[in-house]
Amino acid sequence: MDVTRRHLLLLLPAAAVAWKYVLAGTPEASPNYKLSEHWWSMLIDIPKCIGCGRCVRACADENDVPDGYYRTWIERYHVADWKVERPEVESPHGGMQGFPPNESTAGKDFFVPKLCNHCADSPCTQVCPVGATFITPDGVVLVDKTYCLGCRYCVQACPYGCRFINPKTNTAEKCTLCYHRISKGLTTACCEVCPTGARQLADLKNPKDPIHEFLRTHAVQVLKPHMATGSKVFYNGMDGSVR
Amino acid sequence: MFEDIEHLIRLAVVMAIAVVAFLVLRAAVVPSSFGQYGHYRGAAIAEIAARPIAFAGHDVCGACHTDIVEQKKLGKHAVVSCEACHGALARHGDDPTAVTPTKLDTSVLCSRCHEANSAKPKSFPQVVTADHSGGIGCDTCHQPHTPKIEEKIATGGKK
Repeated sequence: MDVTRRHLLLLLPAAAVAWKYVLAGTPEASPNYKLSEHWWSMLIDIPKCIGCGRCVRACADENDVPDGYYRTWIERYHVADWKVERPEVESPHGGMQGFPPNESTAGKDFFVPKLCNHCADSPCTQVCPVGATFITPDGVVLVDKTYCLGCRYCVQACPYGCRFINPKTNTAEKCTLCYHRISKGLTTACCEVCPTGARQLADLKNPKDPIHEFLRTHAVQVLKPHMATGSKVFYNGMDGSVR
Repeated sequence: MFEDIEHLIRLAVVMAIAVVAFLVLRAAVVPSSFGQYGHYRGAAIAEIAARPIAFAGHDVCGACHTDIVEQKKLGKHAVVSCEACHGALARHGDDPTAVTPTKLDTSVLCSRCHEANSAKPKSFPQVVTADHSGGIGCDTCHQPHTPKIEEKIATGGKK
């Protein structure tokens, strides 16, 4: 059959409709997600954090975190002059509603956002007696709530205080690094709403991820490196007083 | 030598029954995906990933609200995600008629980020709202998507 101009014109509306679907995209569909191709981490740029608490509220909205419990929270540090070993730390409601002005005098103040460090050698997964918590092949520490007994071993084992027992389900709960989002190609809720870009989701297995350049060119630390947990939440510009 | 062997056979039969019972019970109780990736239920990964999302993401907003995205690009709020202020609106993205975003109170919203605090980075624009605006809505002077005030609308000496 010869394709005439008339045929081509008839095809145009159909092509336009098809192209609309191509442009719209489907964030839900993730058939191409392969566990072995990712190794998730997060970068936190402390000099950019303004302590607005947007990440804490977004986390609660995205994950139905019960009131009074936090999967991520912000701490405000006040280091008085030379007292680096005795910082004053506060986190009213996890920093959810921001921070009141502080009447600090001499010294320095700064915010430190905290969340699960998604440790490569996590102490919390090692102590679970029933295999209810684990690190996935793409580097995220998760809890299988249908398996969790609520024994609280993992809550005690986490050196960063990132776990709690959900009072409704009586199972251990923690940051999932928005696993339901990152496996669909989206960023985490906290990174999505951070207005200053202080939080960045990073994939260490993706050679094009800007994290590699950042880690090469900045003085980056992890929390409690002496615990040898293989933490994958990297902090830039972190003061030595941070616990 | 094997004249009194019956009691040993009986013991072996009991042992065999116990082993079979253990294997049958184990197969019935342990989920098939347990051990797929490690000492945990492999199917749990897909179950956790199946949770619905609440925040649609900036690209979804920009698919329809192109005018706002263009306007945002002109000012300092270009890097701020829509849902940072407007809240989680994935349901609005799926069906715009299902949820209508509420109008925001700028006197509360803006101060969450821009209220002066000694712990905020010095380069970040901050004001003491009591002195700066006296609690009136920030959108009286500033247009939130491009907040810099043009010369012609600037009121008073303060900025």
